[in-house]
Amino acid sequence: MLRDALLIAGRDLRVEWRSRVATNQVAPLALVIVMLFAFALDPARGILARAAPGLFWVAVVLCALLIVQRAATVESGDGVRDALRLTALSPAGMFLGKVLAIGAELLALEALLLVGVIVLYNAAPSTEGWPLVVATAALATACIAAAGTLYGVLASGLRVRDTLLPLLLLPVLAPVLIGATRAFEAAFAGVPADGWLWLGLLGVFALVYIVIGALAYGPLLEET
Amino acid sequence: METVIHLRGAVALLGRFPALAGVDLDVAAGEIVLVRGPNGAGKTTLLRALAGLVPFTAGDATVLGHDLRRDRVRHRPRVGLLSFHGGLYDELTVADNVWFWTRAAGADQADAEAAMAVLGLDGRLAGVDVAKLSSGQRRRVALAVLLARRPELWLLDEPHAGLDNDARDLLDGLVREAATAGATVLVASHELERAGALAARQVVVSGGIVRDEETPGAA
Repeated sequence: MLRDALLIAGRDLRVEWRSRVATNQVAPLALVIVMLFAFALDPARGILARAAPGLFWVAVVLCALLIVQRAATVESGDGVRDALRLTALSPAGMFLGKVLAIGAELLALEALLLVGVIVLYNAAPSTEGWPLVVATAALATACIAAAGTLYGVLASGLRVRDTLLPLLLLPVLAPVLIGATRAFEAAFAGVPADGWLWLGLLGVFALVYIVIGALAYGPLLEET
Repeated sequence: METVIHLRGAVALLGRFPALAGVDLDVAAGEIVLVRGPNGAGKTTLLRALAGLVPFTAGDATVLGHDLRRDRVRHRPRVGLLSFHGGLYDELTVADNVWFWTRAAGADQADAEAAMAVLGLDGRLAGVDVAKLSSGQRRRVALAVLLARRPELWLLDEPHAGLDNDARDLLDGLVREAATAGATVLVASHELERAGALAARQVVVSGGIVRDEETPGAA
């Protein structure tokens, strides 16, 4: 299963490397979103700094929609789905591979966004808050990537997938958005102890999404 | 000779429409069979069902020793399906595609390289994005993928479409070689002259059933 996951992750990242969708389209969009928030909420009034954790994760989720949609589109090429079904790859391995690839792209995007937040919003995690920031980013990314991969394959067989995917995915990601924002708030406020409970919640969500995804990916690949 | 395909009253539905409405068919190992019939007769559905991509909902269906009514997944890695759609990643190069699909099928790098060399894809074309290829070149890449997988059952849907004469001759030679080595080949085609010359046997699909079987020259 690990071999299958690495094969799929390598292929997806190679597709991204060659098409540069994440680097040339999604990353600039993420920076534009961060800048728009800065224009809308005057930095001088201090609102931006207080809202920075929430704005960061809203930007991540919006950009994640594009990355997930792109990852699902890769599998919807002419005959690709049938060809995948005829391989010896385990469905759970395929699922984990796509989660790894989406996760890697999201983590790179989050690093870029965090720099944008620090520079534009004048808000940064406290020194003792950095471990919480890193752990929160890892678990929230796992949640987004797992849910995104699952709903991506669910919607990819449909003609209305482009509009349906956000509609399906955003409600599922709402608890992740809340948990990640609260944990970041604690890290930014210099009280990381307040964030570990939220981190635990994210861990539970990540585990649930990954287990359900690994089990459901095969049947969804067959039936949709 | 071992029976590779055994269908009795096999039914496959596309939605509620019986695309295969009770097919009887036996094919032995090493046979090359031409599947012919008008558009919409059920040729492609027959190939997809034999590959396990469309479920048989009634009758008996055994392929490569597997009862497809019980399990239509486990035999798939032993099947090679050359479909009209190709199943290639446009964003990847020819070499990346052949390598990925070969690894995904459990074969190794050497199989991929050998198949590319046979299909003339090991030179300049290896580094070209599939999106930039002509339909005939894409067909060659799909054929290289199939060859690298070394399937025991070849299911070829309109395999000559889009190929130039040299590639067609090459394809026919590969099919004959595979059959000689023991692989079973079903060719669904409208090009009766060329595909008929390739096949030792013909079956006619019409209205979702196999109406009759003929030997070459009798059609």
